[in-house]
Amino acid sequence: MDNKIPAVTMRNITKRFGTKVVANDKVWLDIYRGEILALLGENGSGKTTLMNMLSGIYFPDEGEIAIDGKEVVIRSPKDAFDLGIGMIHQHFKLVDVLTAAENIVLGLPGKLDLKAASKKIREICQTYGFDVDPDQKIYDMSVSQKQTVEIVKVLYRGADILILDEPTAVLTPQETDKLFAVLRNMRNDGKAVVIITHKMHEVEDLSDRVAILRHGQFIGDMPTKSTNAQEMTNMMVGHAVTLNIERPEPKDPKPRVEVKGLTVRSIDGILKLDDVSFTAYSGEILGIAGISGCGQKELLESIAGLQPVEAGSICYVEDDGTREELIGKDPLSIQEMGVSLSFVPEDRLGMGLVGNMDLSDNMMLRSFRRGRSIFTDRKSPHKLAEDVVRDLEVSTPSVSTPVRRLSGGNVQKVLVGREIASAPTVLLTAYAVRGLDINSSYTIYDLINRQKADGVAVIYVGEDLDVLLELADRILVLCGGKVSGIVPGRGAKKRDVGMMMTKLGGNAHE
Amino acid sequence: MNKQRSPLFHIVRRGALPWYATWGIRGGAVLLALLVCGVVTMLVTGEDPFKIYLAIFNGSFGTPRKIWVLLQNISMLLCISLAVTPAFRMRCWNLGGEGQALAGGLASAACMILLANKLPNWAVILCMIVTSLLAGAIWGGIPAFFKAKWNTNETLFTLMMNYVATQLVAYYCVVWESPKGSGQIGVINPNTQIGWFPTIGSYKYLLNVIIVAFVCVGMYLYLRYSKHGYEIAVVGESERTARYVGIKVDRVIIRTMLLSGALCGLTGLLLVGSTNHTLTPNIVEGRGFTAVMVSWLAKFNPIWMVLTSFLLVFLSRGAGEIATNFGLNQSYGDILTGIILFFIIGSEFFINYRIQFRREAGKEG
Repeated sequence: MDNKIPAVTMRNITKRFGTKVVANDKVWLDIYRGEILALLGENGSGKTTLMNMLSGIYFPDEGEIAIDGKEVVIRSPKDAFDLGIGMIHQHFKLVDVLTAAENIVLGLPGKLDLKAASKKIREICQTYGFDVDPDQKIYDMSVSQKQTVEIVKVLYRGADILILDEPTAVLTPQETDKLFAVLRNMRNDGKAVVIITHKMHEVEDLSDRVAILRHGQFIGDMPTKSTNAQEMTNMMVGHAVTLNIERPEPKDPKPRVEVKGLTVRSIDGILKLDDVSFTAYSGEILGIAGISGCGQKELLESIAGLQPVEAGSICYVEDDGTREELIGKDPLSIQEMGVSLSFVPEDRLGMGLVGNMDLSDNMMLRSFRRGRSIFTDRKSPHKLAEDVVRDLEVSTPSVSTPVRRLSGGNVQKVLVGREIASAPTVLLTAYAVRGLDINSSYTIYDLINRQKADGVAVIYVGEDLDVLLELADRILVLCGGKVSGIVPGRGAKKRDVGMMMTKLGGNAHE
Repeated sequence: MNKQRSPLFHIVRRGALPWYATWGIRGGAVLLALLVCGVVTMLVTGEDPFKIYLAIFNGSFGTPRKIWVLLQNISMLLCISLAVTPAFRMRCWNLGGEGQALAGGLASAACMILLANKLPNWAVILCMIVTSLLAGAIWGGIPAFFKAKWNTNETLFTLMMNYVATQLVAYYCVVWESPKGSGQIGVINPNTQIGWFPTIGSYKYLLNVIIVAFVCVGMYLYLRYSKHGYEIAVVGESERTARYVGIKVDRVIIRTMLLSGALCGLTGLLLVGSTNHTLTPNIVEGRGFTAVMVSWLAKFNPIWMVLTSFLLVFLSRGAGEIATNFGLNQSYGDILTGIILFFIIGSEFFINYRIQFRREAGKEG
């Protein structure tokens, strides 16, 4: 491979945002055909920015880009397409009411010939092993199908340099395997593939070469075979880190939340949860596994009082055995009942926090009602914000910085910090480490474990089965809104849990 | 870098600028706008641009009377701008300030006409205050109720309520016409002066100015420090976050629009009871719409709104003055105001972004 001309050569690429932030600092990167490159780095290390410059979304402040050894200037996404560069973003850019084929040809010049387009799409699907129906509407599709449409879209436009930004964040293990098979086919077909991911086992599993960025600087690249997860992590973080998740035995578990026969329908009348029953204990982490959209969100939101429930009961059990029904109560009345329930929702900036408000105003979200005065108390939230910044090592210019300016990991620390500040007895978390780099993820695992040690009943909805198997004391597997089974976390097999996610009961022996 | 092919310039987002830099850019935009206005006027009329600037200035500050008219116009514009601001903060686009003010004006005129001979003066004034605030609140509350219950579009709804209010006022102008056949209400209670707000000393407009100053400070404190203000901000930024922390979004929407409408009603009350002592369908003079601009330009900050409403009133008075002094019609004044607003709104771009030219890109490294 060494004597080949790289498909992409990036030299001395620098990109600044404002005067203070240097997202990329003189980065060198080579991307070869017939190779899968994993681009690694912590949150805010400039991976996405670098790739956005390649795909024409940003324009570099300095540096050169060459395609097949020829110097080019990429001014717009169209320039990038003309050069055969296609990027699949974390957030899909599809029109819901159109079909797959319509989305794929959208914006292309020339006459609209959907039949010819469908034919070409089927050919592409056959070549690489995709499973897409060109005539299916986007709103009917699962997340993984939508992602496939995005990939087919860039292939349809003739891309032979593909960039995927955290493609597996939304996929089940099975879907991930399928995606990886497709990516390998593309590599064998001589395409250049770049994948941005935080999951080490995926890097080891899939990539041929890794390139590592840290704080916007290029640290190094090497063949995947000649390195390991520990070394890559150390390079990303800049110092040695341990990659073990602790799982102490639960201390004195008592029933805390009892869910019985919970049934929930969405506004459109679709059954989201069907007769779900389980008990969450204090001092225990109950993991919830399932394909995305299997009712995890509805389950947590029902407990938090945000979701209208059709049938069933959710009881909060006190230490002395007193039981209180939570159904029919909104978050405010649950709080007024004296139940200290914290919820770290999946959508951090759209639900858990207000992006445009600063750290202390966000701390106030939970406490602003306190006191009789018609005016808000600003001092204690300010102090709480400072405490959270100090205790959780949030990197922020100050507590009066709007939270949307913080990186993903720091946003999550602020949210988790606020939620655990109220000394909860129940902690609900949804995808607590989604999009977080290794270092921040381990900080969050550690925080959750400390809550567990304090006797909090933790309900942890996760997407990374490997982590769930290491962290949770018990795992409840949801499949299409039903409980597919509850397995102990210790000794559970990834394959079995994966099966239970796709089929009721799976092969597991319950 | 390949100099031939790299773009001539590209647009780069700025980091946060210090406040003096942002206001420097805005101030520069106003100066530039005045310069362009002067040049345009000179080219069209052949007059000395300094005479033109003097005329603009004199339009607002030429005589003590003009200063008072300026203050009166600022306070009326500011009052209705303050009224729509809490709704705007909540991202609820209340474009019905005009109609809500008219509803308030109609209510106070009704009290003045119908209760003049039945109640003592103080009681009439009290009724005017209560009913006009209530009328404005109802006019703002109806769209809010529909928005909260059925998620109707408040922009269209409030806008259409304006036409209803205008027609209603036009109807009552005929019902209460005086003298008969004029189709106008004329000055109400010209002899008894019942329902006329007292004047402080000999300053006809001073009461308005004082009332609006109080509203301004109160609104600033309300939005910035009160629990309601915080709820409004959270609902405006994200309804889901608001629900997540247990804020009752429907209630906040209705409550805020009632407040917004009531303060618009106050504007109507001041226009009828304290300023004109009569009611016409165009008594609000489009301020309900200009208020949108005042509020936006000030980034919904009540204190900055004093400045932006001054600017808009100053410009329109100046434009009117040029139009009369130099034998142009009022439309010419509007053209000048348009030029100035173009520059002010355009300056926001340069606050958020800067343009990096090709040569500069190489130099910065």
